Amino acid sequence: MEAHAAQSPVAPPRARHFRLPGVGAGLGRGLVVLWLSIVVLLPLAALTDESLSQGIGHFWDQVTQPAALDSLELILICSLIVVAINAVFGTIVAWLLVRDNFPGKSIINAIIDLPFALPTIVASLILIQLWGKNSPVGVDFALTRMAIVVALCFVTLPFVVRAVQPLLIEMDRDMEEAATSLGAGGATVFRRIIFPNLLPGLAAGVALAFARALGEYGSVLLFAGGKKDTTVTSILIGQQIETGNESGAAALSIVLLLMALACLFIITLIQRWGSRHERAQGAGAGGLNVMPMSGDIALPEAESKEDDDERQ
Amino acid sequence: MGISVEGANKSFGDFQALEDVSIEVPDGSLTALLGPSGSGKSTLLRAIAGLETLDTGRVVIDGEDVSKKPTQKREVGFVFQHYAAFKHMTVYENVGFGLKIRKWKKDKIRARVDELLNLVQLPGLADRYPSQLSGGQRQRMALARALAVQPQVLLLDEPFGALDAKVRKDLRTWLRNLHEEMNVTTIFVTHDQEEAMDVAGQLVVMNQGRVEQSGSADDLYDKPANEFVMSFVGEVNRLGDDFVRPHDIEVVRDRDENTEEAMVQRIVALGFEIRVEFVLGDGTEVWAQLTRGEAQRLELQEGQIAYLRPVHAKSFNGSSPSNTPGASTPQEPTDGGDAEVSAAA
Amino acid sequence: MSGNSSTTSRWSLRFLGLGYLAVLLVAPLVLLFFKTFEDGLAPPFEAVTSADGLHALKLTLITVAIAVPINTVMGVICSLLLVRHKWKGNWLIDAVINLPFAISPVVIGLSLFLLYGKQGWFEPGLAEAGIKVLFSTPGIVLACVFVSVPFVVRETVPVLQEIGTEQEQAAETLGASGWQTFWRVTLPAIRWGVAYGVVLCTARVLGEFGAVSVVSGNISGETQTLPLFVEKNYENFNLPGAFGAAVLLALLALVVLMAMNLLKRKEAA
Repeated sequence: MEAHAAQSPVAPPRARHFRLPGVGAGLGRGLVVLWLSIVVLLPLAALTDESLSQGIGHFWDQVTQPAALDSLELILICSLIVVAINAVFGTIVAWLLVRDNFPGKSIINAIIDLPFALPTIVASLILIQLWGKNSPVGVDFALTRMAIVVALCFVTLPFVVRAVQPLLIEMDRDMEEAATSLGAGGATVFRRIIFPNLLPGLAAGVALAFARALGEYGSVLLFAGGKKDTTVTSILIGQQIETGNESGAAALSIVLLLMALACLFIITLIQRWGSRHERAQGAGAGGLNVMPMSGDIALPEAESKEDDDERQ
Repeated sequence: MGISVEGANKSFGDFQALEDVSIEVPDGSLTALLGPSGSGKSTLLRAIAGLETLDTGRVVIDGEDVSKKPTQKREVGFVFQHYAAFKHMTVYENVGFGLKIRKWKKDKIRARVDELLNLVQLPGLADRYPSQLSGGQRQRMALARALAVQPQVLLLDEPFGALDAKVRKDLRTWLRNLHEEMNVTTIFVTHDQEEAMDVAGQLVVMNQGRVEQSGSADDLYDKPANEFVMSFVGEVNRLGDDFVRPHDIEVVRDRDENTEEAMVQRIVALGFEIRVEFVLGDGTEVWAQLTRGEAQRLELQEGQIAYLRPVHAKSFNGSSPSNTPGASTPQEPTDGGDAEVSAAA
Repeated sequence: MSGNSSTTSRWSLRFLGLGYLAVLLVAPLVLLFFKTFEDGLAPPFEAVTSADGLHALKLTLITVAIAVPINTVMGVICSLLLVRHKWKGNWLIDAVINLPFAISPVVIGLSLFLLYGKQGWFEPGLAEAGIKVLFSTPGIVLACVFVSVPFVVRETVPVLQEIGTEQEQAAETLGASGWQTFWRVTLPAIRWGVAYGVVLCTARVLGEFGAVSVVSGNISGETQTLPLFVEKNYENFNLPGAFGAAVLLALLALVVLMAMNLLKRKEAA
């Protein structure tokens, strides 16, 4: 397999001027910018505009309404609980998929992505069937905070598993073997050797899960509903749209958006920190791989650093 | 199709890859660009192919200035160190790729591909995928692919670098024979001086973006232009300002006015050759290459004192080597002690 | 299995991990199938094949047929730009591509609602042109395009990076033009990555609920996609309808999972 250019010290510098078919980089760039603007940026601009349409004072008022603050507090706490749970169980599941062998493993591996493939509203429906009023196991915690947590666990599990899995697969067993030969027991090896190496992937998966949980709507809607103490921010925004409080909805949306953006930013930082130690991250086909590696993107200064490695 | 490069300069950011490089490659020759990592040899090769653009200078192929021509139009065959095989195509499709682009008819493509696969000794592998071939086979396929379109010029970028030592040696010979048969002007890049000297008629030694010397293997070995070339193309001992090859150091038991006293530190038998490591009075370490016969005759032992007489010493800073009477022109390598003794080893 | 030599720890891990999966993921899914066909195949089947049900299915499929190709073509172009052409704005493009992950579906719906609504930036221009975005198919398509923007890019970028430029350079030396190189060399080399991205994109579009809910008004028989059909029927206590559509979507999800699995293996090969 052809060596990645940066790994072979005598590989020629990457061609920097590969031209897009017939079109040229300039036109391609124009198209991409147009596409992103129309699809993503313009709507967001309209959102920001609306949120500030009645002044920053109004923005602040809307966002600090008791209902709004309660919803934010609720979703933040629930999301934190959920990512903590999934950090543990997600890692366990990833471990089982990589290091263990049992019948049906490949099916289980495929099932992990179910919450991703399934529409959120269907998730809501099936959760309420199992844990709601007509539950076959006799529990009923629909329309409670527990329901929020369960729904969020459901939808965010794949993020953690798929972030940790590739790291486990690529991990150098030599390190573990060396530790064992030096007398370390299983738990110690995990704690001191395996876990630190999983940390970048786990952290990124957790951050992505958190960002997703913050804004989750469909799966919470039917299962937890919009009762007074189960109204998460996304549901509150939905209610405000229906009652015509568009500026309020927009303001709250901006707040939610900024919180989630902070998560994404943290992920980028984690990935940059992680890639200082090793090249193996969650990139490549592995379900929901975490974002494109900043090292994959061709940037002027980033490239000249790599050039120094590549050039003979 | 002779090639010449005139006054080439190329930098990547603040790294100067090529500095005022000019070379002449005669039509039909097999030339090696030889040098260590970072010497610019690959950059030069790629500039000839058009895969890099020069900042200044020009590339002339068969009398035509192609500096502004894109790679597609230069008709150069290029072979990459890591094969650059089209992994999703069969060997047949790989080799026939250039022909398909040129819209050759299917039967003509078939004929030519078969011809080439026979030439590179890969008959019957047409329907395999590159991943099913060994490294050596992949490289031969890459060569067939490059030759299929009858290029004016064949360029190989460290073609054997990714292969095992034995395969490397075999392919070297094979390439030389192929060149004799085909007579296409060929340039290949390598950091292995043995490979360069084995295969190529002409060598161009590069270092840090500059051409140090170009000439035949003998020229470079016997008349190196400077210390870099001398130490790159062979082993070298440094005696003060002079440089001597290990096989040009004669070891004797008796002192005379041309010898230097040295103590035997270590004797290593490496098959045919015996390597004797000495340390001089001033602490300089030197080693001499002797045949088994010579070593036996001398009956050397570790710790003994012996005397070294350098033959053909070279000096590059204008002064004569310490052992030779007689003047020498500055800037030219000077030989010492020609009159003395037979060459060792 | 390194580290855990004791069988107890292996089995407790299995118990924890697989138990979690069974309770969280598998049980609800299994129950869905049971509940739906409690009274036989007929009720859910009829509900789904009702006029509204079929329309919802059709609308969903049309949306997929429009949104996915757009994001695929633009996604591939974008990936090429990000990986092969250095530009100081690339980090920004990368950031915008990832934005949809940070935005709640309701918020996406709201922003589209504001942009194309009566007081939106494109009114009254669109009204004059007779184009209706909200409460109509274009709005639904736009919402689905928004939410699924990242997938093709994210799956294509690493593959593009990994194959390197040497094959493309080789094609150049053999005389291939830019387009020929792309079509014959680059695209075949990245096809499994792109395919995987397309599958993820499709899944996302199929299942999108929140954004479409805001943007379409959820008008039965007109602007109701299949996920919206599920919600409306549930709220109207039309359980066979809700379950029937839910099962259909779940089956589609399983097909998606199989496709993902298959492609992962192709790419590994």
